[in-house]
Order: sequence, then C-alpha cells, then structure tokens
Amino acid sequence: MEKSIKKYWPIFVVPTMLAFLVGFLVPFIYGIFLSFCKFTTVVDWKWIGGANYTKIFMVNGKLDTTFLHSLWYTALFTAVTVVIINVASFSIAMLLTKGIKGTNLFRTTFFMPNLIGGIVLSYIWLMIFNAVLQKYSMTIVTTQWTAFWGLVAVVCWQQIGYMMVIYIAGIQNIPGDVIEAAKIDGASGWKALTKIILPMLAPTITICSFLTLTNGFKLFDQNLALTGGNPAKMSQLLALNIYDTMYGTTGWQGVGQAKAVIFFILVAVISLIQNRLTTKKEVDA
Amino acid sequence: MATEVLKKEKKVDKAKKPQMQNFDGKAAKKRKNDDTVNSVRRARHGWIITLFFSILSLAWIAPIIIVLLNSFKRKAYIFRNPFGISKFTLSEGFDKWKSGIHTTFNGLQNYTNAINKTEFFKAFGLSLFITVCSVALILLCTSMCAWYITRVKTKITKAIYILCLFSMIVPFQMVMFTLSKFANMLHLGNPVGIIIVYLGFGAGLAVFMFTGFVKGISIEIEEAAMIDGCSPLQTFFLVVMPIMKPTIVTVAILEAMWVWNDYLLPSLVLNINKYKTIPIAIQYLKQSHGQIDWGAMMAALVLAIIPIVIFYAIAQKYIIDGVLSGAVKG
Repeated sequence: MEKSIKKYWPIFVVPTMLAFLVGFLVPFIYGIFLSFCKFTTVVDWKWIGGANYTKIFMVNGKLDTTFLHSLWYTALFTAVTVVIINVASFSIAMLLTKGIKGTNLFRTTFFMPNLIGGIVLSYIWLMIFNAVLQKYSMTIVTTQWTAFWGLVAVVCWQQIGYMMVIYIAGIQNIPGDVIEAAKIDGASGWKALTKIILPMLAPTITICSFLTLTNGFKLFDQNLALTGGNPAKMSQLLALNIYDTMYGTTGWQGVGQAKAVIFFILVAVISLIQNRLTTKKEVDA
Repeated sequence: MATEVLKKEKKVDKAKKPQMQNFDGKAAKKRKNDDTVNSVRRARHGWIITLFFSILSLAWIAPIIIVLLNSFKRKAYIFRNPFGISKFTLSEGFDKWKSGIHTTFNGLQNYTNAINKTEFFKAFGLSLFITVCSVALILLCTSMCAWYITRVKTKITKAIYILCLFSMIVPFQMVMFTLSKFANMLHLGNPVGIIIVYLGFGAGLAVFMFTGFVKGISIEIEEAAMIDGCSPLQTFFLVVMPIMKPTIVTVAILEAMWVWNDYLLPSLVLNINKYKTIPIAIQYLKQSHGQIDWGAMMAALVLAIIPIVIFYAIAQKYIIDGVLSGAVKG
C-alpha cells in the first residue's frame, strides 16, 4: 500500500509544505540570520555580528535596563498568574464535580470569557478599571503596579474557565472507588485531597501549569490593549517590548529581532522542560 | 495557540489506542462518571454550593452586562455613572430620578456611531471570510499531509513531522518581522493571501493532532479499500476522512478560535488601510494619541461579542470538548 500512496506526494504533502515554508520555516531561519544584521527591510541587510545582542543590554556604553525590566516584570506576572489561575480553577473544578444542581450552566458561564479575544476582553476591563479608579483620581496606567494587577485580573478572568474544564476532566477520571476506599479506611477530606486526589491529578496539574506558564510568557494582545506598555514602558511584557523595539523605534529592527531570538529560546526551554516532565510522569504511572 | 503542549511521539502512540475505543464507549463512560459522582462525591450541602456559584457566575459575567448597559448611554455618563442607570439618585425624588434616566441614555446612537466608525459589517464579513476559509484550507491540506506522512515512512516524512512539532513551540514574535515582509513581497497582504499564511503558521498544531489520530486507525480498513480498487485519493476522502471526523471538529474549533481572535498576524500582514478584521477595527477605535470614543467603543464591544455568544450557544458541547482534547493531546 505504501508504494501506491508514495507517488501521490504532490497532492498530499506539497500544498501544506509550500505554505509551511512561506508561513514558518523561511521566516524563522531568516529571522535568526537577520538578528546578526543591521536592516530596515529584509533585503538591505548588513552583517554586524553580535552587535544587536549587546545593544539589548548596553547602549552607547551605558547599561540599558528596559529589556531586563520587562523580563523580570514578565517573570513576576507569569508566576502570579500561574498560581492564581491554577488554585482558583482547581478549587472551582473540585466543587463542580460534586454533582450539584446547575453544574453545566456554571461550567458554561466560567468558560465563556475564554472565547472572547484578548483585544475585546481588554477594552471591556479597561472601561471598568478606569471607571472604578477614577474615584481615586487614578487610571489603570498610573503606576506599573496598577497596570500589573489589571493585567493579572484580565488574564485570570480569561483563563480560569479554560483550566477549570481541564481540571474537571482530570478529576472525573479518578475512579470513584479509590476515594470510596479511602473514606472507608477513615481518611478525612483533607487527607483524601492531598494523598489521593492531588497525586492522581499530577499529569493534569503539569499540563495546566505549563499552559498558563507559556500563555503568561507570550501574552501580547491584552498588554497592548489594556496598558499599551504605559506608564513609560514600565508595564511592557516581553512580547510587547519586542514589538515596540521593532516597530516603535526606527533603526532598531535588528535589536528587536535579537530580542525575539532570546524570547524564542526562553519559550523553547520551558516547552522542553515540560515535555520532559510529562513523558517522565507517564512512565511512573 | 500552536503553543500548547509538546509531547514525544511515543507518548501519542500510547495515548491514542485507548482513545480509539472511546468513540463508541464515550456515552457509556460518561454515564459511569455520573454514577461515580452520585455515589461518592455528591456534596452533603449541595444547595450552599449552588447558591455560592450562582452569585459567582453573576459576578463572572458582570463585566459583559456592564458593557451592554453602558453601550446605550451617552458618552459623558459612561464614566460619570458607570454602574447606575440614572443621573440622579432615588433619594432626590422619583420624578427627578426618572428624568435622569432619559438624560443618561441615548438609545442606539452609540451603535450607529460604532458601525460607521469601525465599518463593522465590513470587518465582520472579512473576519468571517478569513476564518472560514483558513480553517477549511487548514483542515483539508493538513489532514491529507498528516495521513501521507504517517502512512509513508521515509526520512523526509519524519523530518516534516519533527518540523511541525518544532513550529508549535516558536512564538509568533520570532517570525513576525520576516513573515510580514515576505508576505508583502509575495503579495499575500490581502484576504486571500492571508489564508495561505494561516495555513503555513497553523499547520504545526493541525498536522500534529491529525498524525496522532491516524496512528490509531488500523491500516486494514485502508488496505481493504485499496484492494477493492480505490485510488489513494479515493481511499483518503471516502474511507479515512469520515473516520477522522472527531479530530476534524477539534482542530476546526481550535484553529477557528485562534484565527477569529488573532490581532497581531493580520495587523502586520494585511494592508491595514484597506482591510480590518474585528480585533483590528476595535484596536483602531483608539486614536494614535490614545483618545477613545467610549460610546462607540462600548457598542463595538457588544457587537463583537454577539457573534461569539451565538456561536458558543450553538456549538457549546463541541467547543468545550474540542478545547479539552486540544489541551490534553496537544
């Protein structure tokens, strides 16, 4: 059979691969190459070696902390959202698997913000935040911390429902008799949670943590629409910082591309760690 | 979105086999789950939790309700009185309160404003066109590609698979500059061209999910079809594709949610003066100096949410299932 299919590759594989070359592979490889060049479009490049990379941190001999600030800001943001989203969605999922009335309706409601895109979502919240904060004569971008917690709130609102759905599925996969047996043996609710439910949910917890982790790291739309990086670029997450360097500052495209390469390496490392963890967990189980 | 989780190939093999049996056994399994809930986990004071969640759910959708309410208000009152419905309080007298309602609201004025400013129906049509066509093209091309690279084992097909996996972990910022410039050079900056860009950038996740599924289909069915005289194309479209249906639905939902809400890719690739999708139209309501016409913005947000709510109401079950299997398998 393999032989007769084989000669059909122009129909089966070529369309996808052509688009893949244009839409991913060539831009990716060329992007790495350009990060070592000075350029304003893709044809006027001039090789300058690692200068773009040093320019991320040092400008005219002086330390430039913008990128480091946004790296740190992103890390903090990601850590906070990972914890809040996972704890909240797990708690909601636990309560929603107790067979109470209206479970489906609640699940539907909590999940809904996830379908609304980041831009629309952020303007909804921008209006509400500014309406509340104006009583204290502030706006969402008064300080980098109002911006920070605003972003956290929006992202939690969007993702708690999503993670809740994954947790619910995980909890429902725990066989009921295991918990029943533990109860008969006299395990308290807390003991059953920490000794049985949480360990059995380990794969689900890994999936959700890493989903929220990469989502936090790659957040862009909400950042652009809600704070726009204000005040004075202090609330720029990494993705927006790269965008701003590339399109907001003339002559800095190379530096932006170099930042993007660093960003890619960070995200790739996170994904690889997760890959390692999930495959290992499965061997154990 | 192509971000989700990246797992090793052998994991997929293992996970897919029980998955296959699930299609028939799904209903039975669900019933069993419900029983488990009844016997072991049912809460003793269920109504307290129901009450708690009723309040929480209301709070959860409150932002959308507030936007809906404010979309009918005069611009000046959106921030002066964001959560109320009247300029005056009830303590100032009922008549005054009632007349305050009239001054606060201005009917559908914001909506006509928003529709004119954002050219909403044009944006909606464009978003719909791009989403439907991209998803259709992604489904067709990547499912064919995935079947081929699973059934034909060569070094090249293996490399294609690895490349697709790899593309899932690359953030868009990495390719945005070069991709948008190449798209311009190839004249892809129009609603038809961007479909090809979406196929290219969305292929990774789709190929990965389809490959995972095809590995679980027993090859005997296809062999039987080919012995009976089907060409590979007939085998694929008449035999394989119908079996793939659950995965097609999943991939369709994941890709549709991504394309519909995507802002950065179309804003860089499309000729922005001519073509604005809904997210772009909304972002461009904010003027370059940061001023926002909040009346029009409120109405535009409501208009943007309505299609999503309708779609969600119709396809709720498929959406939640699709997102779930996307997250767990992806």
